[in-house]
Amino acid sequence: MIEVKNINKTFGEKHVLKNISASFENGKCNFIIGASGGGKSVLMKCMVGLLTPETGEITFDKRDFVSMDYYQKKDVRKEIGMLFQGTALFDSLNVEDNVAFPLRMFTNWSEEEIIERVNFCLSRVNLSNVNKLFPSNISGGQKKRVGIARAIALQPKYLFCDEPNSGLDPLTSRVIDYLIKEITEEYDICTIINTHDMKSLFEIGDNIAFIYQGQKWWEGNKEGIRDSGNEEFLSFMIASEF
Amino acid sequence: MRFFQHFGGYLLFLSTVFSKPEKWKILWKQIIIEANNIGVGSFNIISLISGFTGAVSTIQIGYQLVSGLVPEYLIGRIVRDSNILEFSPTITCLVLAGKVGSNISSEIGTMKVTEQVDALEIMGVNSSSYVALAKIIAGFFTIPALVVYAMMLSLVGGAISGHLSGIISVEYFVKGLRSDFEAYSVIFCMVKAFTFAFLITSVSSYQGYRTEGGALEVGESSTKAVVYSCMAIIFFDYIISQLMLFR
Repeated sequence: MIEVKNINKTFGEKHVLKNISASFENGKCNFIIGASGGGKSVLMKCMVGLLTPETGEITFDKRDFVSMDYYQKKDVRKEIGMLFQGTALFDSLNVEDNVAFPLRMFTNWSEEEIIERVNFCLSRVNLSNVNKLFPSNISGGQKKRVGIARAIALQPKYLFCDEPNSGLDPLTSRVIDYLIKEITEEYDICTIINTHDMKSLFEIGDNIAFIYQGQKWWEGNKEGIRDSGNEEFLSFMIASEF
Repeated sequence: MRFFQHFGGYLLFLSTVFSKPEKWKILWKQIIIEANNIGVGSFNIISLISGFTGAVSTIQIGYQLVSGLVPEYLIGRIVRDSNILEFSPTITCLVLAGKVGSNISSEIGTMKVTEQVDALEIMGVNSSSYVALAKIIAGFFTIPALVVYAMMLSLVGGAISGHLSGIISVEYFVKGLRSDFEAYSVIFCMVKAFTFAFLITSVSSYQGYRTEGGALEVGESSTKAVVYSCMAIIFFDYIISQLMLFR
């Protein structure tokens, strides 16, 4: 379980995150939604340690991430998998080496064991015969799957997905959504999805946090959206033409 | 003020780069790949430039020493000294600053803007060390090797051009190369080569690593990497010459 408490983040004069608190459960797809520029990406970057908040706590199963030193953070990071908006696959490595990267870096497994795990992860995301292809030679949907395969290679406890559907056609988006959902439930991962895709939210969303102008305006589940009574949230939903 | 800001940033960057690597085996593999990119990848251009530098310097020195009072073999000696002391290390490294420096900077810069560096950080990898250390180590050994090769080829080029243009025979040229040879000039050349190699790879890595934005910024970083590397080479060329030649 990941909890954030009273997170504040500023860039110069701009107060991007204002006292945000939320909790994200294991085995569930926890959504952070909101308009572009609302602060959801900054919140996610704070949670994975790419940015440091000025105040507040971020706890990974009761371990306060913000106050940790570099090496303690490194240990927590080994439990984190992340799917980037642009996939962030290493251009110079082929698909197999991309997925094998965290295994080669952090385990003492033999090459056979690594390849076995890579093949398992690739089959888990329904990819085959792409091992030796480079990221530039595969489609956007395949890149996302490879990104997921790399993210789950070390069996993470926490999975962060930044705009997992951006740039994908509706069909592939749905496939990626269900893949994330399946993996989350199967491995009891705490998955956090940053998106403004309402279709994804209604397909696989369990918990929802709505961020608007740097503040959390609403938190709940999808059944409670209609009764939320939050004007900004409802107008965001309507504007998304769901 | 901005200079000191960048210089401080550069030193901090180096302090994170030179930390214990995650896996020595992975670092070793990367070094081999980078050595191949830097060394083998620059072989042709260095051959062309050093051969012609030697050839042109022979012709120009021959043109200036048209006097019966000056022994012919001195042309070989001047070509030797000018190439070993200055042309081979400095020109080779200025060319490599353009080729290797821009390559390193744009590669790391692209990794930065496409979130590959963030991916490394999130995995718990020391990203600056991962992207730069292998390049710096590989450059530190392959660039001086290229300088040695350039040094030899420039003398061969000088001998050939002297013979073809009728300025000096090969026999006299070789006599000039051998006369009053001091091994210290080769040491001086190698000190410059190792220093320049470190500057090219580290300055370019730093410029690439601090890239933020998109394709435009990657191009800007690449240009800055070349400009700052060249400036650093020229500056340290002066410092090393002052320190080593006038002790």
